[in-house]
Order: sequence, then C-alpha cells, then structure tokens
Amino acid sequence: MENEKKAIVPACSSAADASDSFTFVQQDKKIHDQKFETKPVGYFKDAMIRFGKNKGSLVAAIILGLLMLFAIIYPLTSRYSVSFGDATYQYMQPKSSISTALHWEFWDGGENRSLNQAYYDYTANIPGAFIHDDVEGTKNASGKTYHDVRVDTYHAVGYKYKTIENDEYDKIVAYQEETGNQILYPLVNSADYADEYNTKYNTDGVIIYSSDANYDYLVQTTGSTKGAAQRDANGDYVHIYLVDASGNYIYKKAASDTSVRVRILYWNYFVYQNGFEPSFFFGSDYLGRDICVRLASGARLSLLLGFGVSLINLIIGVVYGAIEGYYGGVADLVMERIVEILNEVPFIITAVLFNIYLAKKVGAVGSLIFAFVLTGWIGVAGTVRMQFYRYKNSEYVLAARTLGASDSRLIFRHILPNAIGTIVTSTVLMVPSVIFSESSLSYLGIINLETGYQTSVGTMLSQGQSVLMSYPHVILFPAIFISLLMITFNMMGNGLRDALNPQLRGGDE
Amino acid sequence: MALYILKRLGLGLLTFVIIFVMIFVLVKMLPNPMVAIQPGTDNYAIEMARRKALGYDEPIMTQMWIFIKNAFQGDFGTSWHLYYNTPVNTIIAKQLPATMLINVYSILFSVPLGLGLGVLAALKKNKWPDQVISVGVMIFISVPSFVYAFILQYFFCFKLDWFPLRMLSMADAGGTYFSWPMFVSMLPAVFSLSFGTIAGLTRFTRAELTEVLTSDFMLLARSKGLTRTQATVRHAMRNAMVPILPSIIGEFIGILGGSYIIELIFSVPGIGATYINSINTRDYDVFLTLSMFYVAIGLVASIVIDLSYGFIDPRIVIGGGKD
Repeated sequence: MENEKKAIVPACSSAADASDSFTFVQQDKKIHDQKFETKPVGYFKDAMIRFGKNKGSLVAAIILGLLMLFAIIYPLTSRYSVSFGDATYQYMQPKSSISTALHWEFWDGGENRSLNQAYYDYTANIPGAFIHDDVEGTKNASGKTYHDVRVDTYHAVGYKYKTIENDEYDKIVAYQEETGNQILYPLVNSADYADEYNTKYNTDGVIIYSSDANYDYLVQTTGSTKGAAQRDANGDYVHIYLVDASGNYIYKKAASDTSVRVRILYWNYFVYQNGFEPSFFFGSDYLGRDICVRLASGARLSLLLGFGVSLINLIIGVVYGAIEGYYGGVADLVMERIVEILNEVPFIITAVLFNIYLAKKVGAVGSLIFAFVLTGWIGVAGTVRMQFYRYKNSEYVLAARTLGASDSRLIFRHILPNAIGTIVTSTVLMVPSVIFSESSLSYLGIINLETGYQTSVGTMLSQGQSVLMSYPHVILFPAIFISLLMITFNMMGNGLRDALNPQLRGGDE
Repeated sequence: MALYILKRLGLGLLTFVIIFVMIFVLVKMLPNPMVAIQPGTDNYAIEMARRKALGYDEPIMTQMWIFIKNAFQGDFGTSWHLYYNTPVNTIIAKQLPATMLINVYSILFSVPLGLGLGVLAALKKNKWPDQVISVGVMIFISVPSFVYAFILQYFFCFKLDWFPLRMLSMADAGGTYFSWPMFVSMLPAVFSLSFGTIAGLTRFTRAELTEVLTSDFMLLARSKGLTRTQATVRHAMRNAMVPILPSIIGEFIGILGGSYIIELIFSVPGIGATYINSINTRDYDVFLTLSMFYVAIGLVASIVIDLSYGFIDPRIVIGGGKD
C-alpha cells in the first residue's frame, strides 16, 4: 500500500508533508459490486438509439410501417373482397368519400370530359352524372358546341338492360317500395331491345339504340346537332317509353318462362345488391374490381414472401457460411465451388424451371419460394464466412477452446455474434429485392400468382400497363406503392446498417 | 498471373458445363407442347427432317451430344413457336443489335453522369449538393426501372408526344438502326434503363472517392503544393477509379444481357423480349440457347472484372498467395 500511495502523488513527492495534505477518495468505501444507477445499454438498444438519431431512416421506417399496416389491415376492413368484381363498373376513377363530400374536384371518381351536344344530352339524361355541369357550352372554331363538364364515372354508367329471374323482380319491387330507391325504369319503345349490338331505326328515321339503355329519348337525325336530343316545346326530352293500352309504363317484358327483361338504374341496383354505394378508393380495374383491396392483398403476399424467404435464406446462409468459415480447408473448397456454380445460374432460369416443375405440386407461391431460396442465401453465407475467417483465430476464441468449448458453442456463441450486424442488415435488404423480383416475374407473366382470393402487385402492374394511356390510375397506385416500398425499405436498411455496424460508419464518414 | 487466368477460365468453363448439363436435362425432360405435325401438311417433310437432325426422338443424353456438336458449328436448334422453323442463331443474330444498341446508349449516357454526380457529391461532402444527390440516389436506386418506363411512356411519349410510344420497327426507320427517328424512338427505353445505373454509379463513386480523399497521400499532395483540383484529378480520381472501372467494364459486358421488362414495354425487338416470350410460349430451343447465353455473359463478366483489377492497378497481384 505504501508504494501505491507514492505512485499516486508523484508530482507532490518533493513536499515532505504530502501524505497530510492528500486524502484518499475511496478510503473506506467499497467500489466494487455497486449497482449501476443507469440502465445497461446492450448492443441492440445502442443500435436502436443510433437508428433513432437518423431522421431519414426513422421516417422511412414509419412510412414502411404504415404501408405494412395498410397491407395487413385494409383487406380485413374493406367492403370489397379481392375477387369482388362488377364488370359494369370497369375502370372507374378513384373516389374518396371526403372529396365527394367536400366537393373537391379531385379524387371524387370524376373525369373531365369535353362533350359535343349529342354526348352532352346523352350524359345529361342520366341522373347524377354531372359533378360539374356546363349547360351553355363553348363554341369551337368550326361552330360546334362543346360542353366542358366533370362527369361522375360511377353515375355515368346510367341505365342498363338486364335479364333477371321472376322472383328477383318481385324482390326488387318490394325493395323499391320499402326504401323508395327506384331501380326499375320504364322500358324503351324500341323495335327489339334484346338485340344487343345493333342500332335500330324506326320508321321516322329516329335512332333508337337497342343495346344502350341510356337512349330513352328521341334524337335528331339531321343538321349540325345530329345525335342530340329532340326537345319539346318546354325544352324537355321526348322520352319514348313503352306503354300499354291504358297508357301505363311497362317495366318488364318476359324473356323466358322464368325470367324478365328490365331496365335498371345501375347505381341503385348496385346499392340494392351490395348494400352500399359503389365507390373504389383507388379506382377499379378491367373487371370492376377494387384496386385498393387488391393492392393491399398483393402487397401482403409480397411482404410475406419477402420476409419468409429472407428468414429461410438467413438460416441457411448462416449455417452454410459458418461451416465453411469455421472448418475451412477441404470443406470450404468444395462448398465454395458449389456456391460459385449456383451463383452463376441466372435467377430467371431458376424461377422458370421451378415454376414449370413444382408449381403443380406445391403451388406457384411454393415454387417461387424454392427458386428464391436456391440462390438467395449465398450473400449471407459469404458474409458469415468472411467473419469466421476474421475471428476464428483470435485469442478469445483460442481461450474459449482451451476452456473446452465445443465447436457449436464456439460457432454460435463466440464467433457468430460478431457478424450479427451485417447479417441483420443483409436480411433486411433482401426483403425489397425479393419483392422486386417477385413483382418483375409476375409482371412478365412468368409466374402467375393470381387466384380467386389472391393477386400480386406485378400482375396488377401488367394489367395496368395495357391500359396505361386510357386509364392511368390502374397502374398509378400499384406503381406508387411498390416504389414507396422499395425506397423506404432501402432507406431503413441503410439506416439499420449504420446503426448496427458503427465501425463501418466510421470509415464511411 | 497466367496460371491464375488459366485457373479462373477453367473454373468458369467447368461451371458453364455443369449449368449447361443441368438446364439441358431439365428442359428436355419437360413435356413438349409441340403439336405433332400431320403427314401430308405443307411443311411435314421439312419439319420431320429438321427434328430428325436435331435428334428430338433420341434419348436426352444423345440429344445433348447432338446439340453440342451442332453448337460448335453454330447451330443452336430451331424455334418452333415464336418464329416457326427458324434457326435459333438467326433469331439471336437478328435481335442482338437492338438490345446491344439500347444498352450501349444507356451506358454512354449513364457513365459520365454517374461519375460526374459521384465526384460532385464526394467533393461537396455533407454540403447541400451532396445531400440532394444522396436523396436522389436513394430514390432512383430503389424505384424499379419499369416504373420509370411507365412514367416516361405516359408523360413523355403519350401526353407530351416527344417520343413515339414504342420503338420503331426497322421498316419505319428506313431499314437501319442508325437513323435519327430510330434513335429518338429508342430514347425512352434508354432513359428507363439508365436511371438506376446512374444512381448506382454515383453512390459507388462517391463512396470510393470520399475514402481516397481522406487518405494520407492526399494530404501530402496538398502539402507539396498541388491545388485541390490537381490533387483530386491526379491522385484521388486515379486511385478511386481502381474499383470503379472494373464495375463499368462488367456493366459493359452485361449489356448483352439486356433488360427483359424494358424491352417488352417499349416493344424493343431484342433478345430480352424474345427470351421472355420463349418462356411463355415454351419454345425450348430458344429458351435453352438464350439461357446459356446469359450464363456465359455472367461468367465472362465476372472473370473480366476479376482480371481487370490487375491491369488497371499493377500493384494488385491477382491470384497471389492468401493474405
């Protein structure tokens, strides 16, 4: 003890009374075995703190969380199912109830159209078709009147002819009386409305369209406004409803012994059938299916696939890389050759062959998982192998070995934790690449993940691509979704990499 | 060095052969959807003769032998579905130029931009140009290339009408790939392919260059009196290019591979689109040959990248003893 005292106060050693002017701070206190007053910060907590400081990654993680919530929760709460489709409402514009209620002319299921007189009259005849009317219209250079209107694409479907069962007819009549929602409208006095695709002329030369139930008025056959509605003295349409001998409107006509032909207002008919008004948040596709719920369901499949495949690849990669790196020598040589060969097989070939051979046995999703797993683990295995080469000859491993630690203990408890940061990062970054490959393959039509209750983002993209020019909204939302998913996943992955491997970041800064 | 090259080539060849055998057997084991041609039809004699020559009725191993023998004479089988009774090598020879041209343009467009942006970001590190570029890189590297294709096709081809919706056919462009209308019609596809490459190259250049810029020899270069530009161009850039150049070379070889989706979207008459169509129509000879073509490109690219390190920077001894 005497020696130590001297060592502590060498600077004052010249003073004779040094031992009197200095006291030991911890003379009587035990300094060992004290409880920490702060909470211990482990590796992952430390990483999370670092991650939280990276604002960009944090925002990305939050957005990603929202996207995932959308994918998980939306299909459960939606009024539509994935397979629900009403082909009458194909390619409807996106419509949100907020925009509709607040009369924003945006995202309200509307479409700006410039209509000539004939189509203006046609559309004006349909109840609720205009969001934004333009009665006067403007004359263009050649003197024709055009009306710049905003049309509600849902309402604009208008009337439809439909053949329904007799008892269905009775139900609709009962429903009409109960709710006051008129579904059935008088039939049109045309020569033969069962003839769906031909335009008919009556004896006066007035067009009566037989296939389109919206033509229930007389149109002009001559002049510059050919095709526009004929007006009576009050300026109203001249309707040509079918009437019986006593002058009452006829609402049904027998189509067979058990069914009748009727003319319905489709909006009300939809409400009668489904109990809610037609409205698709992201619009509808070519079969009148809700894009929003399908996107959520496709995203759910993609995410499940991404996480599932990454997890499997993680396990295989860690085990394979650990064996390679730890045992080295011949094992490493042979296993590296296998890796090299597998690595050179283009993924698309694997996916195609697995799909052809396995899709019937394990399903399209199953065969896709096999294809992803076949080569996906190679990256992780490489990382793990490198870490093993770096650490397996370090002193602490030697110490553990001397103490009798088994191989598996050395591998999993002593060496592997060194690689945990890189492993987690590469696993997280694998998810978006799996999602990207999956959507590319289903976009190309090489794999088909679409079933009655399931779809995939890639399939939706390819369906949207075919109508890109006329209905861009079909592709818009899937494309935005997949882009956002990729961006946020990559940003979060990079943030995680920085947070989990602080030593890497030092070099990067 | 020579030994290493030989070893590398040998391993590459071995890999190629193993993959070839696997894919050949797997493809030939598939049920052939080819409708058996009826005797008496026009092409009966021709088709049967061709099938006999290709050994379609032999066991798989014999077929493989025939295929290999033919391949050495430049005959890679026949397309039966996409282009009826056309030799595969004719198809590839006809379609490779379109793919290559699109990708060469894309590389010519992206390499200068990528390098330039990367250098700018590295020099202005942590200032606003760097931050803007970093955000851009993150976005452009993540968004799938087909999304760019949709955007370009909708806004620039359809709405603004700057480019045609699809790549022109040979006949429309005057029978050559090098006419002005043809070039313009290729641009949307070129741009769609480029954005991701530019972003990747920018990120790579920035990372490499920042590392070099902070090294000791840069300090020395500055302290011996070089200006910042001189030091950057003469010392930093040259060192940073060591890992960047091989990746560009790899990219250049990879261009033969093309891009399936972009080719389909813009109707590029290239091998990428043909490959996808051969899969979807089960045109096995085309599928097999193109698959092996892609495998070969991958192998060659990886070998060349490996070897080019040594050529670019003589200090790097490839194939040297383990460190």
